[in-house]
Amino acid sequence: MFDKQKLTSIVKEQERWERETLNKTLARFPERQPEFTTVSGMPIQRLYTPMDVEDLDYARDLGFPGEFPFTRGVYATVYRGRLWTMRQYAGFGTAEESNQRYKYLLEQGQTGLSVAFDLPTQIGYDSDHSIASGEVGRVGVPVSSLRDVEVLFDGIPLDKVSTSMTINSTAPQVLAMYFALAEKQGVPLSKVAGTVQNDILKEHVARGTYIYPPEASMRLAVDIIEYCQKNAPRFNAISVSGYHMREAGATAVQELAFTLANGIAYVEAALKRGLPIDDFAPRVSFFFACHNDFFEEIAKFRAARRLWAKIMKERFGARDSSSMLLRYHVQTSGCTLTAQQPYNNIVRVTMQALAAVLGGAQSLHTNSFDEALALPSETAVITALRTQQIIAHESGVTNTVDPLAGSFFVESLTNKIEEEAMEYIQKVDAMGGAMAAIQRGFYQKQIADSAYEYQKDVEGKKRIVVGINEFITEAKVPIKLLKVDPETEKRQVERLRRVRAERDGKKVKEALEKLRKAAEGYDNLMPFMLEAVKAYATNGEVSDTLREVFGEYKAETIV
Amino acid sequence: MGLERRIRVLVAKPGLDGHDRGAKVMVRALRDAGMEVIYTGIRQTPEQVVEAAVQEDVDVVGLSILSGAHMTLFPKIMRLLKERGMGDVLVIGGGIIPEEDLLALKQAGIAEVFGPGTPIQTIVKYINENVHMKKEL
Repeated sequence: MFDKQKLTSIVKEQERWERETLNKTLARFPERQPEFTTVSGMPIQRLYTPMDVEDLDYARDLGFPGEFPFTRGVYATVYRGRLWTMRQYAGFGTAEESNQRYKYLLEQGQTGLSVAFDLPTQIGYDSDHSIASGEVGRVGVPVSSLRDVEVLFDGIPLDKVSTSMTINSTAPQVLAMYFALAEKQGVPLSKVAGTVQNDILKEHVARGTYIYPPEASMRLAVDIIEYCQKNAPRFNAISVSGYHMREAGATAVQELAFTLANGIAYVEAALKRGLPIDDFAPRVSFFFACHNDFFEEIAKFRAARRLWAKIMKERFGARDSSSMLLRYHVQTSGCTLTAQQPYNNIVRVTMQALAAVLGGAQSLHTNSFDEALALPSETAVITALRTQQIIAHESGVTNTVDPLAGSFFVESLTNKIEEEAMEYIQKVDAMGGAMAAIQRGFYQKQIADSAYEYQKDVEGKKRIVVGINEFITEAKVPIKLLKVDPETEKRQVERLRRVRAERDGKKVKEALEKLRKAAEGYDNLMPFMLEAVKAYATNGEVSDTLREVFGEYKAETIV
Repeated sequence: MGLERRIRVLVAKPGLDGHDRGAKVMVRALRDAGMEVIYTGIRQTPEQVVEAAVQEDVDVVGLSILSGAHMTLFPKIMRLLKERGMGDVLVIGGGIIPEEDLLALKQAGIAEVFGPGTPIQTIVKYINENVHMKKEL
C-alpha cells in the first residue's frame, strides 16, 4: 500500500523522532507501566506507523465490502442499508410471562426475538422431573411440549419476526416444536426466519448442556443443517459460538480460533453427510462476545471475517460468495459486569456495543446492568436496548462502512489476531480436529489457564477493574431486581400434566417408537421429531428415547 | 503436635448450570493457598455433592451456582450433610445469589456467601479462620 522510498524515509524520521522528541519525554515522564497489553495479554506498541502494515495489500487483504475477503463487511452497504438486528436474549418464568416480555420488547423497537430456555429444557428434562426442581423458569422459559411454544409465541406471527433460539442438545426437539407452530399458524417453512444455536461442541468446552456422546450429538447437529437446507432455507441452522468459551476465560484469539475450528468440524461433518458445500454453508452463522478491549474486539471481528472467508474458499473450495460470509451475532460480555456499583455496567455495555458495531455485527444483544445480581429487570433491559438505539441513531458511527479501516493500529492488530488464530487452528488440525482436541481437553485447559491468569492480574492489581480493585465505594445502590415467582414451577408442571392427560397417548407412543427405530439407523431424525412433537410428545420423552439409543455423555472435568 | 493436616476442600457445582469459570478459578486459587481441593465438575445433584464430601472426608464444601436454584439446592445439601454426620463441615457458597436470599441460606446452615467480585484472598482468609479442623495428625 505504501511507496518503498517513502517507507524508508518514515523509518529514518521515526529514528530521528525517537532521538529528539521521544527520549526527552521519556527521560522526564516515564510511561505508566513497563508494557501495555490488551485484555487478552497481547502486547501493544507505543505507536503504529505505516511500517507496521508494510505488507498490507489493499485489494488482497481488505478489498471492498460485500466482496472477498470481506474484511470490511459482509454486505456492500453494511449499516447504511440496514441496521443490525437488535435482539435481546430473554425468557423466564413461564411461557405466558416470556410472551409478554417479547411483545413488550417488540413494541419498544426491538427487531428480532431471542429465546432463553431454562436449564431442564436445554438438557432434555420435563418441568416435573425431579432433577428440574428449583430450576424451572429460572434462567429461561420452560418448554416441555408444543403447548408451551404455542403460548410463548401467542399473537406473534412467525412470518413477521426472526427468532433466535439458544438451544443445543435439545435443538431438534425445540426446533421441531417451532416449525410445528409455524404450520399451525399457516406459515410455510420457506418463510420462517431465525437461528438455532445447535452448537454442541462448545457445550463440551463451556456452558455444559450436553446430553449425548459427541458423535451422536454431531449427527443431530447435521440433521438440523440438512433439514433446514431442504425445508427452511431462511433459517440459520447453526450458530457456531465463541461467546461461552470467551466468558469461561478464553482470550480473544482463543475465542476466534476455537470457534472457527468448531465451524470447520461442522462443515466437514455436513460434507461427510453428502451435502454440497454451497448448499448449506450460507446458513452457517456465528456468535461472538464483545469484551472490554475496544480495538482488540474490533480487530477480532475484522480478522474473523477474513479468516473464515479464506477457510471456506481455500480449504473447502466454496464458490458461492455467500458461503464465505461470516455473519454473526454479538453479545456484550457478561463476565465484565460487576455486582458492585452496578450502574457502571451501562458504560461498559455501551463501549462493548460500540465496538461490536464498529466491527460490523449483524445482530446484537446488549447486557443489562443488573446481570451480575439477578435476571434482568424490565428497566435494565430497556436501558440496554436504548443503548443500541442511541448508537444506531445518534452516534453517527453507522454512516460509513468499516470506519476504522486503514488505521495502522487496527490493521496491524487485525493481522496479528488472524495469524495467531490460524496457528491455533493448525494445532487443532494436528490433533485431529475440534472434536478430538476437545476430548483431549485442549480447549478446556487453555481456557482455564487464561481465566486464572486474568484473575491473578486482577488480584495483583495488574489490571484495574473499577469498583472491584480500585475506586471502591461501600455505599449500596438500591436497585429493583426481577424476581421469578416461586409459584411458576407449579403452574408449569400443571400445564404439562394437562397436556399429558389430554393428548392421544397411543399416537405419542407410536411416534416415539418410530423415532427410536430411526435413531438406531441412519435417517435424518427431524421428520420423526416433528411427528412426535405434533402429537405433543414432550421434550423429556423425546430426549429419553434418544438417551436409550445413544447413551449419555459423562464429561471429564478439566481444571 | 505434629504437622497440621492440610485443609481439604470440596468445590461443587450443584444444579444444572455449566458456568464453572468461578469454580475452576477457586480450585486453583485454593490449591495455590496450600489446600487440598477436589472439584466435582458440573451438574451435580445434592446427593452426589454430599456423597463426594463424605468420600473425600473434607473440612470445607464450597458450592458454586449461577442458575438461581440455590434456594432449593443449598438447604437440601445442608440437610443431607447433617444426615451423613457431616454437620461440622464449613459450607460456603458463591455465584449469582441475591442479597435477600442470604438470611434464609444462613439459617439453613450456609456459613457465608461470596458474590461476584470477591477477592480470592478474602475467601482463603475466611476458610482459614473458620474451618473446624476435624482431625489433626
